Amino acid sequence: MFKRLSPPEATNEAVVTFRFDEQTVTARPGDTVAAALLTSGISICRSTPVSNAPRAPYCMMGVCFECLVEVDGNPNVQACQAEVRDGMHVHTQQGARRLTS
Amino acid sequence: MITHDLVILGTGPAGMAAATTALEHGITPVVIDEQPAAGGQIYRALERTPVLDRRILGEDYWSGESLIKGLKDPQIDYRPASTVWQLTRQREIGLLHDDKAEMICARHIILATGAMERPMPIAGWTLPGVMTAGSGQILLKSAGAVPQAPVVLAGCGPLLLLLATQYLRAGVEIAAILDTTPRDRYRAALKHVPGALRNVSTLLKGVGLLRELRRAGVRHIRGVSALRAEGSGQLERVLWKQQGDDNWQTLETPTLLLHQGVIPNTQITRAVDCHHEWDEQQLAWRPRLDEWLGTDIPGIAVAGDGGGIVGAKAAAMQGQLAGLGAALALGKLTLENSTERAQPIRKALARDTAIRPFLDVLYRPAKQWRLPDDDTLACRCEEVTGGEIRRMADMGCRGPNQTKSFTRCGMGPCQGRMCGITVSELLADANQQSVEETGYYRLRPPFKPITLGQLAKAAEEG
Ligand code: FES
Repeated sequence: MFKRLSPPEATNEAVVTFRFDEQTVTARPGDTVAAALLTSGISICRSTPVSNAPRAPYCMMGVCFECLVEVDGNPNVQACQAEVRDGMHVHTQQGARRLTS
Repeated sequence: MITHDLVILGTGPAGMAAATTALEHGITPVVIDEQPAAGGQIYRALERTPVLDRRILGEDYWSGESLIKGLKDPQIDYRPASTVWQLTRQREIGLLHDDKAEMICARHIILATGAMERPMPIAGWTLPGVMTAGSGQILLKSAGAVPQAPVVLAGCGPLLLLLATQYLRAGVEIAAILDTTPRDRYRAALKHVPGALRNVSTLLKGVGLLRELRRAGVRHIRGVSALRAEGSGQLERVLWKQQGDDNWQTLETPTLLLHQGVIPNTQITRAVDCHHEWDEQQLAWRPRLDEWLGTDIPGIAVAGDGGGIVGAKAAAMQGQLAGLGAALALGKLTLENSTERAQPIRKALARDTAIRPFLDVLYRPAKQWRLPDDDTLACRCEEVTGGEIRRMADMGCRGPNQTKSFTRCGMGPCQGRMCGITVSELLADANQQSVEETGYYRLRPPFKPITLGQLAKAAEEG
């Protein structure tokens, strides 16, 4: 849905790579997880607990909580507020969350 | 628990200006921000944006450079990427940074938490592919990312037009701007033009944006009175009606960016329960503030858009005022001295905000953009429709806290940030009472997700 004006590979900067479910995603250092996903053609972060409807980042500023994902085992992380890190594991969040300790 | 003289939340224009003003008067503030880099939403990612062609984002964006430089003074204890999950009336602040929670205390607090976009609950607004105009701009500033296929922008207000021109300059294809400004608004706003002329540069900037869009031949459809987003599992098309025409028109697009102005982000001021009032002109809640921008809670002030929408430049001026207010409260300035220093700022502020009545009338969102249909979701998290809220009113619910317990509306992960204003307005409308009487959600910490493990760590060290 979104593309970069200049892709991270095209610049001299180092790139960050991380896993999203079964996929490898390339990002620019300093990107948020949400921006990295949206520019990699991934548009869905989670599904709702009520009707299982797909949801995607909506506000990109931490207000709507539509971008919740699991990062390295931590659920309910706002993808638009979390910075990408090399080697991180991001997972979609399906339906209701189990309570974890 | 460590007690600091001054803690400022937010590094938008208001927070940054407050910090440097306080420092000038011998206060070394702690400045907390959720974002990894300073600037707030307006000057977002200014220091590391991949958009290097300065023309694309425009000079107003780059004017934030000096504020950010001021914040970088080594005497300022600036803490980026830190989340506030708790604030008490005793000015204790719960912070979370890198998985580590802690509590600090402040003699004086300035909340500069800014604005959020007004929710625009239309049919299909939860489909992936539908986002806010602000999110489009954040993606542009911070990641240099733009819509891949022709994008549709819908709504009204300065931000929508600014984003459209920024896209235009970046070579992004715009399928259409669906302008929801009601046609009679231009006439209504006319009587506020003389006042607005006191801030002629902002007025001219708006005119310039419109001209730039027209010259480029961007399809600008005015008088849009109904709007819906459709698609299976993902946005596929946008449908709209124009005033005076009963037929739906359609555009195929994978991206729709909505905007209906901005409103104060009152999540934290609500959570500390300071007194709020309903601003009938701006159709939004705002905390009641005194002349030094203090709330009714001793030692807690609000500067910038969080206290009522004023715009970036005025927000910085309010930051200066709040900084002087802090110096006064902390005994660094006498009342006489601070009043004297505040005078030119108050004058400049009055001149800058003279454009607000004009903008507020012109872009006042019409009812259909604020009160969702019976079948449209008001609460995105718990999927509660406008119809369910109206039914709750029929059953006797007078305020949002009642509908919350019956429908879970406002109880999802966003804690009512997205549906709060909509539910207050829906109930007020259905019950034929004022929004003020209807009230707002009662909020409780934590404001942001925090695990028991993180909390326990803070308690041990507290
Ligand atoms: S996209 Fe709204 S909170 Fe992340």
